[in-house]
Amino acid sequence: MSQVLDTPPPTPAPADDDLAALAARHGLSVSGARPSLPEYVRQLWARRHFITAFATAKLTAQYAQAKLGQVWQVMTPLLNAAVYYFIFGVLLGTKRHVPDYIPFLVTGVFIWTFTQSSIMAGTRAISGNLGLVRALHFPRAALPISFCLQQLQQLLFSMAALVVILLCFGVPVAFSWLLAFPALVLQFTFNTGMSLIMARMGAKTPDIAQLMPFVLRTWMYVSGVMWSIDKLAGKHSGLPHWVEPVLQAQPAAVYIDLMRFALIDSFHAKQLPHHVWLYAAGWALLAGVGGFIYFWKAEETYGRG
Amino acid sequence: MAEHSIERIPTVVADGVDIVYRVNGTGAGRGSATAALNRMLRRQQAEKAAGVRTVHAVKNVSFVAYKGEAVGLIGTNGSGKSTLLKAVAGLLPVENGSIYTDGQPSLLGVNAALMGDLTGEKNVYLGGLAMGMSREEIRDRYEGIVDFSGINEKGDFITLPMRTYSSGMGARLRFSIAAAKDHDVLLIDEALATGDRSFQKRSEKRIRELREQAGTVFLVSHNNKSIRDTCERVLWLERGELRMDGPTEEVMQAYEEFTGGADKPKAA
Repeated sequence: MSQVLDTPPPTPAPADDDLAALAARHGLSVSGARPSLPEYVRQLWARRHFITAFATAKLTAQYAQAKLGQVWQVMTPLLNAAVYYFIFGVLLGTKRHVPDYIPFLVTGVFIWTFTQSSIMAGTRAISGNLGLVRALHFPRAALPISFCLQQLQQLLFSMAALVVILLCFGVPVAFSWLLAFPALVLQFTFNTGMSLIMARMGAKTPDIAQLMPFVLRTWMYVSGVMWSIDKLAGKHSGLPHWVEPVLQAQPAAVYIDLMRFALIDSFHAKQLPHHVWLYAAGWALLAGVGGFIYFWKAEETYGRG
Repeated sequence: MAEHSIERIPTVVADGVDIVYRVNGTGAGRGSATAALNRMLRRQQAEKAAGVRTVHAVKNVSFVAYKGEAVGLIGTNGSGKSTLLKAVAGLLPVENGSIYTDGQPSLLGVNAALMGDLTGEKNVYLGGLAMGMSREEIRDRYEGIVDFSGINEKGDFITLPMRTYSSGMGARLRFSIAAAKDHDVLLIDEALATGDRSFQKRSEKRIRELREQAGTVFLVSHNNKSIRDTCERVLWLERGELRMDGPTEEVMQAYEEFTGGADKPKAA
């Protein structure tokens, strides 16, 4: 275009207070303003069917192109566990110190993966779905929650595989297996809270998604996924005595050990820290409520270019 | 087309709206490590020096849209039309000024919520839920959506994954899902040019129906004919500023002169 695009003088608009007053007189509300917390919860509840449908859709779409299809839901965690078994169980010989090592390890890997992938998915929940955020109106917390729900569904596949493994290795069915349900509910709440926190941070600074794998791997190694925390702290007496209770009280270790306690008969209550359910509930409440409020506080800023 | 009552009721009020995009990794450093480090260390003081570029997409735009109006938004590429529409929908925050709306304006579009690996049928449900419809509402309208899209005219395609659809079929299904919901304030961004002739006619009819139900319709388009057919008022944005606001014919003539004449003499 050869024409010079001169900036035209803006058309005279009615004075500012006029427009604001006009809007107020007809009861118009500010577009895109953050709703109050109770209103936000109400909107989120109204979208509950979207949250579940989106999670299920993501889950089924994940392996839609693979030849084996949904078999990968079970294969992926099993292969993961196999790799850790080879490295830690066989090569490093951790299994000599832990009874029922394979159930112990597989439970640890599955429960840890649940937290790990929820947090990773949360980090990308907003920054990886800007198209959706910029096209449709819905409470943004629906996205991280939906991703955590997808991970929960994935975990349920893994748990089915885990039950088969437990039975194969002669772990008896017991009433304590029922404890798995409250433990999962608490862990899910914790994961959701964490992924809400990460979603807000990841939306503002997408670089966090590059950093998280390293943080999570460090977290995994100190959470006793492939070794028993009490054995380690006992063996290396060089460690200060406060290390063991701290390692045992952090959320990932709490949820992993609770699940082992629930499912494996040779994992005894004395391997758990005191008041372990209190810890589990406390972490869930802290992350769940705190994360939700933290995420809601920035609701109106998500999707900015 | 729309009858104006004596007291016109405003549905969208834009009051001195500024919209600014911030883009990381531009400028002198071209996204190099030093520029990034600079950006982290110096934050607000020197956004520009640190390689953050601000793009002032919409500048001090004010207008009032009333119930029953269909408003066209025109302007050359990159003039801020879509940005303004997104701000009206509450999807982009404004830098200065404010936008007041009656109810929740919605963009006509669900593309982002749909997944190519799912069947058309599942996408109808997913898209409907994403737009805030209930499962019952979608079930009631399901037949209507599929019939309207014409996906099943050439066989049972609705049970195939959407990635297997031709681009025209996909666009038709997307429009059908998006148009299934009733809106208070409806924002349409270039959605009319999809599909074959018969589908275009059907969608124009559907837009008219939506207009009758909706309070107000905004239409962004580069198709001057569809603006003339649909709208009685036009806002002309150029470089983010509101250059003209008035009756369709008056603004369109000025715009066509500006862009170098009408591309074709008005089709009857």
